[in-house]
Amino acid sequence: MQPFTTLTGVAAPLPQVNVDTDMIIPKQYLKTIERTGLGKGLFDEMRYDEEGNERPDFVLNQPAYRNAEVLVAGENFGCGSSREHAPWALLDFGIRCVIAPSFADIFFNNCFKNGILPIVLPQEQVDIVMEDARRGANARVTVDLEAQTITTSDGTVISFEVEPFRKHCLLNGLDDIGLSLQKAAAIDAFEAQAATARPWV
Amino acid sequence: MPAKTLYDKIWDAHLVHEAEDGTALLYIDRHLVHEVTSPQAFEGLRMAGRKVRAPERTIAVPDHNVPTSADRAQGIENPESRLQVETLDRNAREFGLMHYYEMNDIRQGIVHIVGPEQGWTLPGMTVVCGDSHTATHGAFGALAHGIGTSEVEHVLATQTLITRKSKNMKVEVTGTLPPGVTAKDITLSVIGATGTAGGTGHVIEYCGEAIRSLSMEGRMTVCNMAIEGGARAGLIAPDEKTFAYVMGRPHAPKGAQWEAALAWWKTLFSDEGAHFDKVVTLRAEDIAPVVTWGTSPEDVLPITGTVPDPDSFSGGKVEAARRSLDYMGLTPGTRLQDVAIDTVFIGSCTNGRIEDLREVARIMEGRRVKDGLRAMIVPGSGLVRAQAEEEGIAQKLQEAGFEWRMAGCSMCLGMNPDQLKPGERCASTSNRNFEGRQGRGGRTHLMSPAMAAAAAITGRLTDVRELA
Repeated sequence: MQPFTTLTGVAAPLPQVNVDTDMIIPKQYLKTIERTGLGKGLFDEMRYDEEGNERPDFVLNQPAYRNAEVLVAGENFGCGSSREHAPWALLDFGIRCVIAPSFADIFFNNCFKNGILPIVLPQEQVDIVMEDARRGANARVTVDLEAQTITTSDGTVISFEVEPFRKHCLLNGLDDIGLSLQKAAAIDAFEAQAATARPWV
Repeated sequence: MPAKTLYDKIWDAHLVHEAEDGTALLYIDRHLVHEVTSPQAFEGLRMAGRKVRAPERTIAVPDHNVPTSADRAQGIENPESRLQVETLDRNAREFGLMHYYEMNDIRQGIVHIVGPEQGWTLPGMTVVCGDSHTATHGAFGALAHGIGTSEVEHVLATQTLITRKSKNMKVEVTGTLPPGVTAKDITLSVIGATGTAGGTGHVIEYCGEAIRSLSMEGRMTVCNMAIEGGARAGLIAPDEKTFAYVMGRPHAPKGAQWEAALAWWKTLFSDEGAHFDKVVTLRAEDIAPVVTWGTSPEDVLPITGTVPDPDSFSGGKVEAARRSLDYMGLTPGTRLQDVAIDTVFIGSCTNGRIEDLREVARIMEGRRVKDGLRAMIVPGSGLVRAQAEEEGIAQKLQEAGFEWRMAGCSMCLGMNPDQLKPGERCASTSNRNFEGRQGRGGRTHLMSPAMAAAAAITGRLTDVRELA
């Protein structure tokens, strides 16, 4: 996993609530057996019309936001399915940070496994970043994970919370499985104890 | 000893390790696997030279991509779908999975129907699957939730999950359900009351007289949609109905092991005075047969209602409702019962079990699907299908005008050929009414099997109580 340390880039405003995983990446893209290449399907139905042409009014189709690396969205972002294709599509498009007032649990979790930082802020603070994002390509924000701060284009600094373990893994690009396999003895011991306590399982 | 919730008890029984910051390693008793969210996980193991730690606890079945036409035994036409199913076949073989139900096995079906049916799901277990509707298994008093593909790989490699404890939420439904009101109406009404983020960060325990009165099938319907309310998992404490359902299933414990299991299962309830961080109470008497009008499962109204005005909402929901109505092709003030439909879909992990099909057959008794409608029934598993045929339900439903399909996820999400066309309006027993969910431009109204049957008869959204 690619580490996440600091990021300075264009933020795209998507002020919509309940953006679900079917919107982020619809079903026809789930047939892949790869993790990569899903960027083209990101927000498919919002981004393209029935003939596959870009809808010019959609934010990521506008010249200022084509290279956006941060997405600012409404509450309950990523609700719906467990598909990790959603963060894979964001990542493949180039987005490495999503800022919203709230996220659905599974999506939130999936982001951290892929080097994407989801940031929860109170609505008033999301509004500040959203307003800044509306200024377009000249309004670049900086996200500093180590310092846990977002700096908007006019220098406003907003702090955010992140769980220490997740921060550690993201900063260092750590592989969860490797970490858990270091606890193999504890897993073995648990299995032995469970085999006695609940042999039917 | 402090009073514990049911969730606390299952959590404690599976905790391998907990760090000071609350990051926990939880042991997983059952790992269910399907073809859509697993290929990248197996590939990850292969690249790292890792094995599946517990192939005996891993149960795999293809369900999302499988066609539901009778000719599927000849193979899957769509090359991408075929590759995904073949990839699962290959991974099951290569990694030595001990329980694989391939597409043409009679036991194949939707993973969340197969698990309980085969006795894999038992009270007090931890169950995960790369699928958000894993919440279904909570009906047995098992801690069950969806995970992403990276976590699928983690569970395959370690049989554990890195996680944190959620908060406890209690959803109590008191009293007795009025006639015509079913488990689906309960679960949709809860989401209507709490919103799609109402359960975020929580595990819900459903309780109360109305929940206790439900069959195991009904309880699975309720827990299935916990995720639509934002909760990763829903739970119902096991009772005699649970034990009766589990007993004798192929992988349920037998003999002395059954007795030992039963003794433990009977301790699985929330203690008197246990702490819940959030409590929601609904009166069964206040619940009506409901349908959804929008593109979020929280957009729920009694069938006697009218399409709402977006301006009646507040905050971001105003714009969201406007967008929903535009997508759904509905005008505020329209009576829901005047909305004509084109298609009826009965099936999915929410409502594809035998009891659901019996209910549809009961409503259809002496009645027919309205001419010109497309109406399909997709049993949740090959065994549900076989049982419906044995009970004579299948034949009656076909005579009434329904297509009788093979088992799979089908039009719930349209990864196989069963999809809505743009603008096509569907009365659906599935779980999500998201834009494009059942097919690009397709319009979904969620409802119970009884309500979907009523809509099939009249060709419009219909109050089933008028037909009863």
